[in-house]
Amino acid sequence: MYSTLLAFDWLFLIEKLVLIVGIISVSLGIAMYETWAERKVAAVMQDRRGPNRAGPFGLFQPLADGLKLFMKEEIIPNTSNKWLFVLGPCLAMLAAMMTSAVIPWGGKIDFFGREVNLQITDINIGILYIFAVVSMGIYGIMIGGWASNNKFSLMAALRGASQVISYELPMGLSLIALLLVTGSLKMSAIVGGQIDGVWNVVYQPLGFLIFLICAFAECNRTPFDLPEAENELNFGYHQEYSSMKLGFYLFAEYINMFISSAVMATLYFGGYDIPGVNDAQLTEKVGLNWMAFFQGAVLFGKIIAFILLFMWVRWTIPRFRYDQLMHLGWKRLVPLALLNMIITAAVILYQLKK
Amino acid sequence: MSISEILFYFLSVLALGSALMVVISRNPVHSVLWLIVTFFAISGHYIMMNAQFLGIVNLIVYAGAIMVLFLFVIMLMNLNAETEPKKNKWLRMAGIVAGGCLLLVLVAALKDADVKNSAVQLNSGNIGLIEQLGKTLFTEYVVPFEISSVLFLSAMVGTVVIGKKGD
Repeated sequence: MYSTLLAFDWLFLIEKLVLIVGIISVSLGIAMYETWAERKVAAVMQDRRGPNRAGPFGLFQPLADGLKLFMKEEIIPNTSNKWLFVLGPCLAMLAAMMTSAVIPWGGKIDFFGREVNLQITDINIGILYIFAVVSMGIYGIMIGGWASNNKFSLMAALRGASQVISYELPMGLSLIALLLVTGSLKMSAIVGGQIDGVWNVVYQPLGFLIFLICAFAECNRTPFDLPEAENELNFGYHQEYSSMKLGFYLFAEYINMFISSAVMATLYFGGYDIPGVNDAQLTEKVGLNWMAFFQGAVLFGKIIAFILLFMWVRWTIPRFRYDQLMHLGWKRLVPLALLNMIITAAVILYQLKK
Repeated sequence: MSISEILFYFLSVLALGSALMVVISRNPVHSVLWLIVTFFAISGHYIMMNAQFLGIVNLIVYAGAIMVLFLFVIMLMNLNAETEPKKNKWLRMAGIVAGGCLLLVLVAALKDADVKNSAVQLNSGNIGLIEQLGKTLFTEYVVPFEISSVLFLSAMVGTVVIGKKGD
């Protein structure tokens, strides 16, 4: 039995494990410094200095924040359902992390003769996988809000969940138009179609705008941060949470922001394509590994640009009212996305006929 | 036992166990959460049978959307184990009889089904992959497909009409 159990590509397993650990630690690191960047961006926009005590430019501020959260007393309300109370933040974190599995972070690297793809798995339903994981993210909010046994938390959780469900619809519809253009659900094929060619945003400007708005709503970011509307709902669905469980919820939001930036860069802005450079020629010049490094760096540049956009919007636009949010989602974005889809389909059909 | 067989047995135990917990749990919210676990296990089975599209759509539609609505309703009704009303003895008997009948039908239907030698059909056949599925649906089965989509549309319109009645 052992021989059959061990008849397994162990190198493959190790390769994937290293990739998973690497990507998760990168997302955690980015999420950490997103908190710092958010405060710095806010400070710049409001003409303040922002965090500047811990380390040079306040760079150790996230560490200090994390230490503070760890040191706080862990409070589990007496009346709450203890299991679900702990499960909520875990689920939020898990769902936030799992999306990164299908995103191609760069080309191939040559590791001592073994070609390694910088993507954890390249399933042929890549986009649908992202969708499934995003819809799992709701449970973190709902379970947490319900298990707190607090009316405000419950209301905020319901708000958050209905918001995410409502905005999943236009998001899916705008994605259908994109898939019509690319002709594949595979993330690697979508990026491959954009390398050395035209980025999808040129074909799908309206689709991208809809996707961007929905991404803001899915991440519960301002102007759509209704679940955390403190003037109506105190602190939102994580009101009863303290210590690192609260940290998990806040952290999951920042990871979501990072991942959705990565998804947008991959789907609409060419992924790891280096703009203005013929990738195949450059690969011959600098070799596979350096190429992968450059590609990864370019992708991260695009991601950081999107993250800055997220922050810029947060500190510029006030929060929507709840009915305005639903109105925008159902009566504006859904018809627009449908129109976008029909026009795209008609154009593609016309080109096929020609 | 290969890795995939171990996975198969793990998923089967998970599916059956969580399905049992759906029935046994006293708290309705727990029941719904166990049902979600069941859907995950079944999606795992779909993927083991090389039907990736079906597996992931099962997650998106059932686990991701319908169960959330279930949770909405149950959370807002504030059902707790303590407030559960005492059930009628005859109702309980009727439930047992109905469940037994369902079991009988299932056993009778599956008794003669031919058991495949391999528990897992990874990487075999491609009807479950999205490309083949799309082609089959839109060529061979296009009429039933369109009829069912019209059915869904009429259901949606009906819901809106019923929802508007109160105003």
